[in-house]
Amino acid sequence: MPRIEVDANRCKACYLCVSACPKKCLGKSKTISKKGYFPAVMERPEDCIGCTMCYMMCPDVAISVIKE
Amino acid sequence: MTIIAKKPQSLTDIPMHYCPGCGHGIVHRLMAETFDELNIAGRVIGVAPVGCAVFADDYFACDMVQGAHGRGPAIATGIKRSKPQAIVFSYQGDGDLASIGMAEIVHAAVRSENITIIFINNAIYGMTGGQMAPTTLVGQVATTAPKGRDPKLQGWPINMCEMLSQITGAKYLERVAVDTAQHVMAAKKAIKKAFENQVKGVGFSMVEVISQCPTNWHASVEQALEFVRTQMMPQYPLGVFKDEGAK
Repeated sequence: MPRIEVDANRCKACYLCVSACPKKCLGKSKTISKKGYFPAVMERPEDCIGCTMCYMMCPDVAISVIKE
Repeated sequence: MTIIAKKPQSLTDIPMHYCPGCGHGIVHRLMAETFDELNIAGRVIGVAPVGCAVFADDYFACDMVQGAHGRGPAIATGIKRSKPQAIVFSYQGDGDLASIGMAEIVHAAVRSENITIIFINNAIYGMTGGQMAPTTLVGQVATTAPKGRDPKLQGWPINMCEMLSQITGAKYLERVAVDTAQHVMAAKKAIKKAFENQVKGVGFSMVEVISQCPTNWHASVEQALEFVRTQMMPQYPLGVFKDEGAK
């Protein structure tokens, strides 16, 4: 099953990934990062199809997509 | 476990300083992926501009030079002519390339220097705080055009791809955008082609990227993407303006 990892130290909370996700899996974190942002997080991992659209739109290259 | 997508090797681990939602980071990644895929990372030499991307040398894991304002194509010309085996690119913004660097870009194209230019067009001066650029749209508000750009006073925006397509030496010109995943994929193809052209020795290649600047447009990221689609694309239509690579 595919999953993503968001590097909270790189994410600047622009949420381009959130709007790019075709399955609307991503959301905003409730905890603040060291940088002072609320980074993007995977909210519904079971719906992820590993399309890499979040990775493609991320301007900070904070997202990795991994297939188990 | 297989990694489908992660940060390319040609980018360093340093977090980028660009504002949230800025298109620069996406273009950096596309270029780094291209270096990895074409296996040219070891011989790439880049020229960083004056502008938001002035610290680009921190992010690309290749040799970089930081040029004077607008002089990127001239510096790239010197590097390419003295080291013909190097893959040389100049990364420039619209305030850098289309205003003070106009002479350099035009004459680099006239000489058909075998270099790759990545031109980021966000219709504003980003680093200095939102002044009017040559590419600012008619009616667009900037700090030096507080009532919006008025053609009677400040003239009309300049379309670089259309202008350079008149020049015989310009071999590959394409305009792309990074507002949706589909456009990012098209941008990747264009950037890859521009570097492949250089490897093949085709000549002057330039990719113009329409990029969003939420900070200086005083917009949210969503509004900035909407501005790209509804305001910028009618003035700056996407597409290939010249492709003589195959000939």
